[in-house]
Amino acid sequence: MKPGVHALLEVARNHPGRVARYYRERIDAFNDRLNAFITVLDPPPRAEAPKADPGVLAGLPIAHKDIFVTRDVRTTCGSRMLEGFVPPYDATVVERLADAGCVLLGKTNMDEFAMGSSNETSYFGPVRNPWDLERVPGGSSGGSAAAVAAGLVPVATGTDTGGSIRQPAALCGVTGLKPTYGRVSRYGMIAFASSLDQAGILARSAEDAAWVLRAMAGHDGRDSTSADRPVPDYVAQLAEGIRGLRIGILEDCFDTGLDPEVGARIRDALRVMERLGARLCEIRLPHLALSVPAYYVLAPAECSSNLARYDGVRFGHRAEGVQDLATLYRRSRSEGFGTEVKRRILIGTYVLSHGYYDAYYLQAQRVRRLIREDFIQALSTVDLLAGPTTPTPAFRLGEKTEDPLTMYLNDIYTIGVNLAGLPALSIPAGFVRGLPIGLHLIGGDFNEGLMLAAAQAFQGATEWHTLAPPGFEASGP
Amino acid sequence: MKWEAVIGLEVHAQLATESKIFSSTPTRYGAEPNTQAGRIDLGYPGVLPVLNRKAVELAVRFGLAIGATIGRQSVFARKNYFYPDLPKGYQISQYDRPIVTGGGLEVVLQDGSVKPVGITRAHLEEDAGKSVHDLFPDATGIDLNRAGTPLLEIVSEPDLRSAEEAVAYLKCLHTLVRYLEICDGNMQEGSFRCDANVSVRPHGQRELATRTEIKNLNSFRFVEQAIAFEIERQTEVHEDGGTIIQETRLYDPNRRETRPLRTKEDAHDYRYFPDPDLLPLVLDEPWIQTIASSLPELPRAKRDRFMASYGLSAYDATVLTQSRALADYFETGMRARTLDPKILANWVMGEVLAGLNRDHLEIEAAPVSADELAGLLARIVDGTLSGKMAKEVFEAMWGGGGTADAVIDQKGLRQLSDTGALESVIDAVIAAHPEQWAEYCAGRDKLLGFFVGQVMQATRGQASPQLLNALIEKKRRPES
Repeated sequence: MKPGVHALLEVARNHPGRVARYYRERIDAFNDRLNAFITVLDPPPRAEAPKADPGVLAGLPIAHKDIFVTRDVRTTCGSRMLEGFVPPYDATVVERLADAGCVLLGKTNMDEFAMGSSNETSYFGPVRNPWDLERVPGGSSGGSAAAVAAGLVPVATGTDTGGSIRQPAALCGVTGLKPTYGRVSRYGMIAFASSLDQAGILARSAEDAAWVLRAMAGHDGRDSTSADRPVPDYVAQLAEGIRGLRIGILEDCFDTGLDPEVGARIRDALRVMERLGARLCEIRLPHLALSVPAYYVLAPAECSSNLARYDGVRFGHRAEGVQDLATLYRRSRSEGFGTEVKRRILIGTYVLSHGYYDAYYLQAQRVRRLIREDFIQALSTVDLLAGPTTPTPAFRLGEKTEDPLTMYLNDIYTIGVNLAGLPALSIPAGFVRGLPIGLHLIGGDFNEGLMLAAAQAFQGATEWHTLAPPGFEASGP
Repeated sequence: MKWEAVIGLEVHAQLATESKIFSSTPTRYGAEPNTQAGRIDLGYPGVLPVLNRKAVELAVRFGLAIGATIGRQSVFARKNYFYPDLPKGYQISQYDRPIVTGGGLEVVLQDGSVKPVGITRAHLEEDAGKSVHDLFPDATGIDLNRAGTPLLEIVSEPDLRSAEEAVAYLKCLHTLVRYLEICDGNMQEGSFRCDANVSVRPHGQRELATRTEIKNLNSFRFVEQAIAFEIERQTEVHEDGGTIIQETRLYDPNRRETRPLRTKEDAHDYRYFPDPDLLPLVLDEPWIQTIASSLPELPRAKRDRFMASYGLSAYDATVLTQSRALADYFETGMRARTLDPKILANWVMGEVLAGLNRDHLEIEAAPVSADELAGLLARIVDGTLSGKMAKEVFEAMWGGGGTADAVIDQKGLRQLSDTGALESVIDAVIAAHPEQWAEYCAGRDKLLGFFVGQVMQATRGQASPQLLNALIEKKRRPES
């Protein structure tokens, strides 16, 4: 069992530098097998003058998904386009966690520009799932999920546009939290689909996630979409437990396409919650089935515009030996972007085009509203919604790369939450054929505390989240 | 056949903010290339726009001043196209929900008549950078200092019918934005730019004909020339039985012609959609009311007041209210002394404007202040100076000679108002011209001018004309 954030902070306080060194050594030992990191950093030397306020997370090692810009540290977004990009500024999330005392150990691998569900679209090669090196870790925050699962870092940041934190968390057997849209600043987080992107956390437990969320959440004047409301003490709220909570089971997720064994494990997990005092009921969301089609109009539309800035003119990849402007654009972008990114840029450009906008973009926005209304309606009768995070456990590398549609369906249970802007998390809920699976919990707007408390209660009664993949066992610093 | 031109103008007014519309970078003009472009203006990965409140306030000022509807909820949209001086690959603008809709201007035409011109809309947007094609032999330079500068794009209804009307509208708008202090109006620096949409249709036809859009009109003169050329060109095409192609044309001031830039076929599909990085802009009522109560007196109202309270003609009032500073100059003069408004108006519109024009000065920098001008005119009223002498004094004052009284003393310029001295000069003149005097006495009144002239010559213009007239007349009819 690996120790939690609370215990690590204690060790870090008594033995400055020891915790960071311990994890740094594990990265050296194990990263070659996993390819979880794109860039590995040395922790700052211990000689560093102690700060007056070391911060609530002083000495806690962390890895950032390589989508968060880090001052003077290469930030690639998993793309050849930004292979050599060294930002002159920090993302707000990076800044806040550094202020809290976190020690940055590296930048984690990811699907290119966060577009993918298997980490196979990364220009820097796929990440491997520590539970089975022939299988994918999920994506797009696959590097962060694999790194936490293998004990290379205790916590890591991720981003979730359609499930990119929760799906890899489920597939790697860790806790993945996607906060409410606007809870965490997007400033310095390289945009994929701005209205859906949200920064979150991959951690061993709900408690660890609470520690990190408390430090990174909050209003940011540099992000007009960040919510101007106080950040509750999520760590204190953990004690509120699960007793008396009404949990709606998303029956739509158990209909078709779900691996029956996954379904059985999730039903088991829900019974544990019931035993802990939660009251269960069945919920159906009439428009949930439309999430994937609506998402694959809206997310590409925004991405086609967000990625227009990568044109070879000011930063990023620039084609060589070019004589005219059109060729500079064409070649820089053709060389800099991978297939999945190009596919989405093309879809997005198409759905925004004159004559198609109403039929695709506007229609998808209407569907999005209906989906949110479904969720809000359901959450007026229950405190949380629950279901499986993914339809299957981790699939094999290369298994779905030829068929984008099958790949897209991997996010079928998670995407609706992004369209609705709600907070959600995935927690380990057992194993199917030796591979971890995740229980998906969805809360009301800004109800992260309640969700984390329920997850904490579940984790107090189960051991799934404490298990380490064979070969990656760790004793702790 | 008789033809009718239909013209609408799109004006880009740079809003007078300290910083850019979505970042805190300064908007100062003329800085070294790319020194006023921060990471947000450069569209670096992960950066986000934050709306400048001041830019919104200035747009609302404009909307209120033209009697428009202020969008209580307006939306920023992305206009997508690739160009090297457009850092993000899209321009943040407003599309189907602009901040200002409707309203209009009452434009005073040359003949003094008033023409209402409707405003379709005005929306907030960011400017692009600048491509410099003539600085490097084999490359194009990109200067992104201007990228992200706040603009208000003001679109008129197609209400204008001639190049002259278009210019009159443009001047009226130019006056208004400077009154409101929302734009410095500097056309050379590109703070106030104009594109014109022009079409020509048979007189009496209701439907609009195919139009062309003319770009690159950076002075009132070019606007007038370009539109006049385009009307003539389109009329000729129509008369020859040809068809106008919808296209964008560029005005070439050297050749005084417009020529095609791009046709509708190669027009961009801008793929507008709401910018997900910016929430809808919601304006609350108290804030709008605060802005409304801070509006200055507007050109039209000031013009009406100048006519009503000073008895000025429509023309004089229009000229004097063309800028707030000029109107203030006039009113400062009126407050300084008791003067006939018409006399002061004539001097301001005559000597003062001519002097400013000649020396390329703004009214704020006039070498003769309004107080000093009023002091000079008071010396005409009290008979110290003749009009002619006053002009001489004015020139000296303009050249730094001090107040009117100082110049008068220094030059010894004082009207002869000593009756005795004047009478002896008159007697001498009569003695020298006995025949004319006889004729004058016999009733040829026109000869008065002759005698006045002679006396003026003899006194080097220092005689008071009024006094002189009276004295000569008295000599003709001593008994009266």
